[in-house]
Amino acid sequence: MNNTSLKDAYIEKTRRDFLKKAGAGVTTLALASGVTLMAYPQAAQARKPEEPVDPSQRWGLLIDVNKCTEDCTACVTACSEENGWKQGGNPGIDAQWIRKLKIKNPKSGHEQTFPVMCQHCGAPPCVDVCPTGASFKRADGIVLVDKHICIGCRYCMMACPYKARSFVHEPLTDQKSHAPRGKGTVESCTMCVHRVDRGDQPACVEKCASNGHGALLFGDLNDPNSDIAKRLASYPTKQIRADLGLDTGVRYQNL
Amino acid sequence: MAKHVTYSQIGTGKGFYSILALFGVFIAAGAAAFLHVEHHGHVATGMTNQIVWGMPHVFAIFLIVAASGALNVASIGSVFNKSAYKPLSRMSGVLAMALLAGGLVVLLLDLGRPDRMITAITHYNFKSIFAWNIILYSGFMAIVGAYLFVQMSLGMEKYKKPFGILAFVWRLALTTGTGSIFGWLVARQGYDAAIMAPLFIAMSLSFGTACFILVVKYTGKATDRPLGTAMTWRLGRLMGVMAAAVLYFTTVRHLGNLYAAEHAGVEQFILFGGNIFTTLFWGGQVLIGGLVPLALVFAPNKVEGSSRVTLAALLVILGGFAQLYVIIVGGQAYPLVLFPGMEVSSSFADGVVGSYTPSLPEIALGLGGVAVAMVITVMAMMAFKLLPKNLSDAALDPHLVAKAK
Repeated sequence: MNNTSLKDAYIEKTRRDFLKKAGAGVTTLALASGVTLMAYPQAAQARKPEEPVDPSQRWGLLIDVNKCTEDCTACVTACSEENGWKQGGNPGIDAQWIRKLKIKNPKSGHEQTFPVMCQHCGAPPCVDVCPTGASFKRADGIVLVDKHICIGCRYCMMACPYKARSFVHEPLTDQKSHAPRGKGTVESCTMCVHRVDRGDQPACVEKCASNGHGALLFGDLNDPNSDIAKRLASYPTKQIRADLGLDTGVRYQNL
Repeated sequence: MAKHVTYSQIGTGKGFYSILALFGVFIAAGAAAFLHVEHHGHVATGMTNQIVWGMPHVFAIFLIVAASGALNVASIGSVFNKSAYKPLSRMSGVLAMALLAGGLVVLLLDLGRPDRMITAITHYNFKSIFAWNIILYSGFMAIVGAYLFVQMSLGMEKYKKPFGILAFVWRLALTTGTGSIFGWLVARQGYDAAIMAPLFIAMSLSFGTACFILVVKYTGKATDRPLGTAMTWRLGRLMGVMAAAVLYFTTVRHLGNLYAAEHAGVEQFILFGGNIFTTLFWGGQVLIGGLVPLALVFAPNKVEGSSRVTLAALLVILGGFAQLYVIIVGGQAYPLVLFPGMEVSSSFADGVVGSYTPSLPEIALGLGGVAVAMVITVMAMMAFKLLPKNLSDAALDPHLVAKAK
């Protein structure tokens, strides 16, 4: 697609988005005066495809472990459906971009469960070790793999302290166009970058909220007015393996 | 130094073609294994998302590390002026290049996207120790190639020493880089130790000398120019010193880890876990690859001949493979510690010891790499005058005869 057609497509999309939003606004007003519906979470602002990423932003997640229930795997399912990775019955080689972890204190017996995914480190070891630069951190803090230059050496998997990455061991079918994958390359949570760029929340966050748990909060860690920054300022939170000093973009509350 | 050393190519008789054919079978098997994995994906191997590096890496890193060590003999001759080693330095350089080529073949063909090999050169992340190694490996080939050229060209005598020194420094850097691939992995309890660099240097000197002894001994025997007994013992003892250094660095590494409570788990797992890694560590690396070869080369009352050195070299190589298996696979099999002191479980094998069974294609690919190294060595010996016509002690260094044993 050349520049002109990209621009046309963007204008068309913006026009449609405007009409949809206008329609939704009219519907909201018509439903009942005085009642406000939270139709549009204000977490992210849509970014034009040709616009550079805003380096003043740092996207992050806050996971409230107390709100995460043991039997719920909605975030995992939502991620799998959104990004097209499936568990094919071979746990050794199946990709898992997000997993539910259960930890138990062997002395007290106290247990907790919560999701773990790529922690989108500020100083990501996977990016440091990648020989070709396929592992990279976007200016807004999202850590990604460029599938076009990943040579499949798996050194990033050796380096990741969170076991967040998977290697594609088998040929793939039925891929999602917004989340391209490739046999012989490494992949991990993208923080649903395709959704974030269009102003939406990651699929796991949205699903957790719609299931009524609200254990996951997404937002701009650098914006003091964002919900996530306010929560981080008000409550004690933790980073997994904080001792490594990686400045993770994913934080945990009540862990 | 024996003056007027005359070098010659090895013959091109039936025996050599039979050896080439034998190695050719292994190369063909390795090529078939590569195509199989390339087509089906790494599901055809025993490697998983827990054990991401397996048997191909054991072979590749052994060959790469041994390559650097195979240059020992040339370095001792050129850099340290030990005249008895000088006639063997051409062979030393060629074997070093051949082993490195074999190792790189395995490493590159195991990539998830081997078709993108060129990307490793066109896209470069200078912060990656892996990327540094690409420069170190390419540089090693170029420098040792130039070193060989000045050794084999008339009138280049004065350049031998500077190139020898450059090659010596470069190979130390190369093995430092290879060790640091593991040493700089801060995330994993089994690695994350700066001592990996000197450990790998010691390993390279030991494994490389062992490979050199076997290749020169066998070639000498097959081409009617047997390597002198005193020279063989000298090489054997050199290897023994390096094998002792490997044991020393291994001891310091494990004692250091045992002292830190955070590493106690992985040490318990490797040293006393009663698993395959425990067996390979104590039985393979320490006993077969360490103590027995040391006893063989340093015990008094040497018997006639040098068969004990040959056996010791063979055992050092076997122990080397065991050691690399423990470091590479064992280091990954021990689960990553995300929450120290907690019991962890998940659908992604958190908190579970990783299981790994090498598949046939992985082993075939690794052996194919060894065969590539050997074929390059044999063909180089057929094409170039690498070995002196006479490898006897008297021809290599008259002093050797006097000091023999």
